[in-house]
Amino acid sequence: MQNNQLTVASVRGLEGPRSRRQLPSWVATTALLMPTYGWLTLAVFLPLLTMLVFSFMSATPMGNAPIVFTLKQYRAFIDQPYLVRIGLTSLMIGFWTTLFCAVLGFLAAVALARSALGKAREVLLILILLPFWTNGLVRVFSWTMVLRENGFLDSILHMVAPDSGSIGFLYTRYAIVVGLVHGYLPYMILTCYIALVTIDDAIIEAAASLGARWWTILFRILVPMAAPGLISGAVLIFIPVIGSFMEPRILGGRVGVTMGTVIEDQFTQAFNWPLGASLSFTLLAVVLAIFATFSGVLRRGTTA
Amino acid sequence: MTEITRRNTLKLMSAALFAGASFSLLARNAFSAGTITVLNWQGYGTDEAWSVKAFAEKAGIEVVHDYYSSESEMLTKLRTNPGAYDLVVLNAARCAQAVAENLLQPIDFAKVPNVATVDDNLRSNPNFSKDGKGYAVPWVWGMTSLAVREGLPKPASYAALADPAFKGRVAMDDDAIINVALGALMTGQDMNNPKDLDAVTKALKSIKPNVKLLWSTEDQWNKSFAAKEFDLSMFWSGGSVRSKRNSKLPVEFVVPKEGAIGWVDGLGIPASAPNAEGALAFANWLIDPAFYVEWATKAGAPASSNSAALKGLPEDDLSRQVHKAEYLKSMSIMSALPDDRREAFNNLWQEVKAFYAE
Repeated sequence: MQNNQLTVASVRGLEGPRSRRQLPSWVATTALLMPTYGWLTLAVFLPLLTMLVFSFMSATPMGNAPIVFTLKQYRAFIDQPYLVRIGLTSLMIGFWTTLFCAVLGFLAAVALARSALGKAREVLLILILLPFWTNGLVRVFSWTMVLRENGFLDSILHMVAPDSGSIGFLYTRYAIVVGLVHGYLPYMILTCYIALVTIDDAIIEAAASLGARWWTILFRILVPMAAPGLISGAVLIFIPVIGSFMEPRILGGRVGVTMGTVIEDQFTQAFNWPLGASLSFTLLAVVLAIFATFSGVLRRGTTA
Repeated sequence: MTEITRRNTLKLMSAALFAGASFSLLARNAFSAGTITVLNWQGYGTDEAWSVKAFAEKAGIEVVHDYYSSESEMLTKLRTNPGAYDLVVLNAARCAQAVAENLLQPIDFAKVPNVATVDDNLRSNPNFSKDGKGYAVPWVWGMTSLAVREGLPKPASYAALADPAFKGRVAMDDDAIINVALGALMTGQDMNNPKDLDAVTKALKSIKPNVKLLWSTEDQWNKSFAAKEFDLSMFWSGGSVRSKRNSKLPVEFVVPKEGAIGWVDGLGIPASAPNAEGALAFANWLIDPAFYVEWATKAGAPASSNSAALKGLPEDDLSRQVHKAEYLKSMSIMSALPDDRREAFNNLWQEVKAFYAE
C-alpha cells in the first residue's frame, strides 16, 4: 500500500513543476572536471605532444624540405659531445641557484612568519612580492648595471676604498646565479612561508622551555616541519632554472651558454625545431631521472 | 505616391547596390592601367608617403602595398597569389631561389635608365641573374665587418680579432651564418660554401681569449660599447652609422683586406605581374638620386646601389663615408644556403660558443 503510494508520488513527481530529473553522478563529475582537464589538454598536453612529434622529424615542417621521421635528433648528445658539458653546466647552475634560494628563502620565510609586530608581516610580504611585478628582463638588465666594471657595485666599493680594483663580475657564471636567485627567490619564500605558518607556536615554546638553543630549534623543528615547503620550492625553482636562457644570455656574456640558450637558438636562429624539441625532451628525461632518484627523500619530506 | 513596401525597398536597395558595384568596377578599370602593387617589408622605403605621392604625380601611377613579415612568407605569397604583385623587394639569397622556381621575369633594363650608374659588382651578382639575364634591379646594400673604438689602430685583417692586443676586448655577433662567414674569410675560403669547416672552427676558437661577450641586438651592442666593455667587434655598417649619429658613440667601421660580409636587396618583377611596365618605372624611381637622398636624410636608409644616388648625399653624411664603393669589390655577398649546410653552420657555431664558455 505504502509502496504503491510512493510509486504514484514519484511518477507524479516527475511531471510536477518543482522536481528535476536526477542526473547520474558521473555527469556532474565530468562537468566539473572538464574545465581543468580541457585546459590541461589544450595548454599542456597538446603542445607537448606536438613537440614530441616534431622531435622525431628530420626538418621543421614549414618549408619545402620533405619530412622524414628519424631518431637522429636524439643522437645529438653523441654526435655533438660538447652538449654534454653544456648540460652539466646547466645542472650545476640549477643546483647552486636552488641551494642559494633555499638558504635565503627559508631564512626570509622564518623572518616573515615570526614577525608579529603590527603590520610588519604585510609590509614584508609586499616588499618580497613587489619585484615580482616588474618585468623579468628589466630586473636582469638592472643587474648588468650593478655588476659591470665601474658599475654600482664598484662605485660603492670605491666610496669605501678608493684605490681598490674592480670587483664587478658581470659575464661570469656567478653573475648568472645572482640573476637567477633574484628572479626565483619569491617562489621559495612563499612555499616556505606557507609551511612555516602552520607550525604551532606552542611547539617552539615547548622546545625553548626545555632548553633548546636557537639552532636546535631551527634544525630540529623548523627545517624538518617546513620540509614540504622547501622541497616544493626547490622543484619549482630547479626545473625552470636549468632551462633558463634570458639570464645566462644577458649576464653570462661569453660563458652564458646553457641548455636553455642552445634550445632557444634552435627555435629562433637555426630554425631547427626538431633538434630543439629533442633537446628539450632529453632535458626533461634527465630532470625526471633526477627526481626519481631522490623520490624516496622527496616523499618522506613532503609527507612529514 | 509609392508606398514604402518591402518590395519597393528591396528594389531600391538592389538598384543602389547595382549602381554602386558598376561604378566601383568602372573606377577600378579606369585606374588599373596606372596601379602597381608592391610586396615589401613594412616601412622599408617603397611606402614612404611623400614618395608615393610624388611618383603618382610624376608618372601617373598609383602605388599600392602588401607586406610580408618574413622572407619565407614573401616567397609563399609569390607562389600562391599569381597576378597579384607587380614589384617585389627581395634579398639576393632569396632572389636566386625565386628565379629557380620561375617566380620572376627577366628585367628589361632599357626601361630602367638609372641602372647605368648602378655598381657593376652588384648587377653581376650571380644571385640576381640566370643564363645571362638579370632578374632583379639591385636596390640597397649593407655590410657586416669590423667596428673599432676610435683612436685605436685600424685593423688591417680579421686576424686582429685574435690579436693578443685585444685580449678580453672583443664582442662577437651571436649569429651562426655571420660567424662561419667570418671564419671562412679568415681562412681564405668561400664564405657561402667553405670546404674546410674544421679550419673555420679552429679560426673562430682562436679568438676565445679575446672574446668578452656575444651580442644579439643593436641596442645591446650600443649599451655595452658605451660602457667600454669591448673595443673591437663584428658589426653592421648601418648599425655603426646609427650608433655614431644617434648615440654619439666613438665607433669606426673598418673593412679589412679580406672584404666585408655583404647583403643586397633587389627589386624583382613577378613572372605574373599585370603591370610590369609600371613596376619598372617605379624601380627606376627607387634608385633615382632624388628619391634616395630624401629617403636617406628624412628617414634613414641603407646604402643605395646607385653610386650617383650615394654621391647625392651630403659630403659629411656618415652613411656615405661608411659605404665606400671600393668595398663592393672585395665584398662577398651572402647566398641562399641549402638546409644541410645551414644546419652544419649552426652546429659549428654552437660548438664554438660552448668552447668559449668553458
